[in-house]
Amino acid sequence: MKRRDEQWRVDLRAAIKAKDRTSRQRVQMPELDGEYRSKVRNEEVNLGLTPELAMQEAQRCIDCANPSCMQGCPVNIQIPDFIKKIEVGEFLEAAKILKETSALPAVCGRVCPQERQCEAQCIHVKMNKEPVAIGYLERFAADYERESGQISVPEVAPPNGIKIAVVGSGPAGLSFAGDMVKLGYDVQVFEALHEIGGVLKYGIPEFRLPNKIVDVEIDNLRAMGVKFMTNCIIGKTLTIKQLEEEGYQGIFVASGAGLPRFMNIKGENLVGIMSSNEYLTRVNLMDAANPEADTPVYKGKKVAVIGGGNTAMDSVRTARRLGAEKAMIVYRRSEEEMPARREEVHHAKSEGIDFLTLHNPIEYIGNDKGRVTHMVLQVMELGEPDASGRRSPVPVLGKTVTIEVDEVIVSVGVSPNPLISQSTPELEVSKWGTLVVDQETMQSTSMPIIFAGGDIVRGGATVILAMGDGRRAAAAMDEWIKSKS
Amino acid sequence: MNKIISKEYFSDRVAKFVVEAPLIAKARKAGHFVMVRVGEKGERIPLTIADADVERGTITLVVQRMGVSSTKLCELEAGDYITDLVGPLGQATHIENFGTVVCACGGVGTAPMLPIVTAMKKAGNKVITVLAARTKDLIILEEQIREHSDEVIVMTDDGSYGTKGLVTHGVEAVINREKVDMCVTIGPAIMMKFVSQLTKKYEVPTVASLNTIMVDGTGMCGACRVTVGGKTKFVCVDGPEFDAHQVDFDEMLMRLGGYKEQEQEEMERKILHKS
Repeated sequence: MKRRDEQWRVDLRAAIKAKDRTSRQRVQMPELDGEYRSKVRNEEVNLGLTPELAMQEAQRCIDCANPSCMQGCPVNIQIPDFIKKIEVGEFLEAAKILKETSALPAVCGRVCPQERQCEAQCIHVKMNKEPVAIGYLERFAADYERESGQISVPEVAPPNGIKIAVVGSGPAGLSFAGDMVKLGYDVQVFEALHEIGGVLKYGIPEFRLPNKIVDVEIDNLRAMGVKFMTNCIIGKTLTIKQLEEEGYQGIFVASGAGLPRFMNIKGENLVGIMSSNEYLTRVNLMDAANPEADTPVYKGKKVAVIGGGNTAMDSVRTARRLGAEKAMIVYRRSEEEMPARREEVHHAKSEGIDFLTLHNPIEYIGNDKGRVTHMVLQVMELGEPDASGRRSPVPVLGKTVTIEVDEVIVSVGVSPNPLISQSTPELEVSKWGTLVVDQETMQSTSMPIIFAGGDIVRGGATVILAMGDGRRAAAAMDEWIKSKS
Repeated sequence: MNKIISKEYFSDRVAKFVVEAPLIAKARKAGHFVMVRVGEKGERIPLTIADADVERGTITLVVQRMGVSSTKLCELEAGDYITDLVGPLGQATHIENFGTVVCACGGVGTAPMLPIVTAMKKAGNKVITVLAARTKDLIILEEQIREHSDEVIVMTDDGSYGTKGLVTHGVEAVINREKVDMCVTIGPAIMMKFVSQLTKKYEVPTVASLNTIMVDGTGMCGACRVTVGGKTKFVCVDGPEFDAHQVDFDEMLMRLGGYKEQEQEEMERKILHKS
């Protein structure tokens, strides 16, 4: 029987009329005050729903027969099933349902762009109402379980003794590892850095995703039997070939982002100009703003962040927290075209971040010590739509402005990590350096033992798309291994 | 966690560590480096591998006490553990039979030069090594270098050992004396800059092994970027060795000094103040 047809669900649906459910207002996420939080480094901005607010919001879901929200979810979370458990106050049961399909519910509940995925497909939206706050509810259930101390470990199939290697412990790798260990595989994850979690640790700041939350989800995978090895770079410490020789039957490559892109403009290598990868890694992974940590970081007073994505927002909001009096986003298009989540832009603005849209840096000027002191910005305007469908920015001839800065963070994208492709010449790679895989199965087109997902395939995407890749790769690899034997 | 098997002092500022790292020992080649971190609040720093023993599963690192992180490493003793060690990283040295190769190294640059000297000799080259340091006490690994070189020229700034003069004087003397097909240089950036200027004048192809600031060391942060032939390159994945004549050493020197103030402050607060 489908869970939706269980008697309690039928009764629950009947308890409140659908029309009544849809006419209620969406809850507001409680958050820290903007002025306060611009000065504290590690306090999470969104505070999470209370049980009362969560149950109230869960009542807004009409429990559709064909829930369209699920079509918007890359990892296929059983959305109405978990929401209805919240409505009846069975929060731990809700968390269990989340963990059936997601290895990282507390992470997804915080960093997924729900407004473009599940919530965009919610039936309320079709009725011109605000969607059910699925992301807030997901976070609530995951947080409730964690804080309750009664963390359930998902059921795991009996061990089948088949060794599987995972390269990288970011969202794609963790999601893949979780699914494979559930199927009974012997899963070994290799991580290049000294911490497990990939971009969840080095990239996304504490105020948006606390490390302790990531660690709990990793501990959960450990409890399920996933093994982790840090400080091991596949392609360097061990090669793909050595993994095959050691008896691994399948290898999932999720090695993530590689070299940061720069704009190749004059003065870009001046001291004080760095990539967002460098800046965020120093602050997040190395804890550089903590006086006890040995890694240094610049605490600029006038900081410009170049770019309009989520990483740019993370960087500029970090700079503000580290004491920048003026922290600004410099973006060549208008706010309309910004790829960052609306919520992040809104949060940045309420923390006092300036937005210099329709400006593009063309040169940096430094002092005699080689430190950046000014940036020259070209003023832009919007022209015709380009290949991405967004109106393309074009320079306004002869119009530039020069602005004083003491730190610049370049956040204009990354190219895929080159370490695996460099050391595995037989692997097919696109001209952008991404691994070429079958879009459905995520299996390499050139080496069948290899499956891949996340940024190494997409070149730069979101946590949830990477997790979706991990899930699809796990299902396909399981099928492929079974078909061989 | 990697165990320190033995520790030996070359001078009061320079120590040699033999560290357990079987996978790295097996995978490394001349020119490769590792990233090292000491303590849970430690910094990741790059160190070039000086030697490896595949059978014992160890690698050798030579460390000069400079700032907070290298001091913390130098304070470890045999039996202690290095918190994190990862590698081997970077591109291996291009080894072939060039003919006559001059290896010009200064200070602790001699340590990463040792495997290159060994490999160049093994490939059939005539290897002339110019070993330079400020003073006699800072000349390290002379015996091992001699073992694999056809000739060793020792230079000291103060004339306390070998010939008085800079590394460039030693290299120039060789170039003036015989045909040199290739030069490899490892040492402080300023030294490599002058070696490069000299060999450019004589049109001797030269490779320099750069040691820049890195955070992750695996091709992610871009802190190590240098300009080579007008293009931005990343020392961690494109290097650490580059055509020295194409390297913008002035820019590199400027970037190396980027965190000087923070480093001095940290050094005073964490190391000097403590003792």
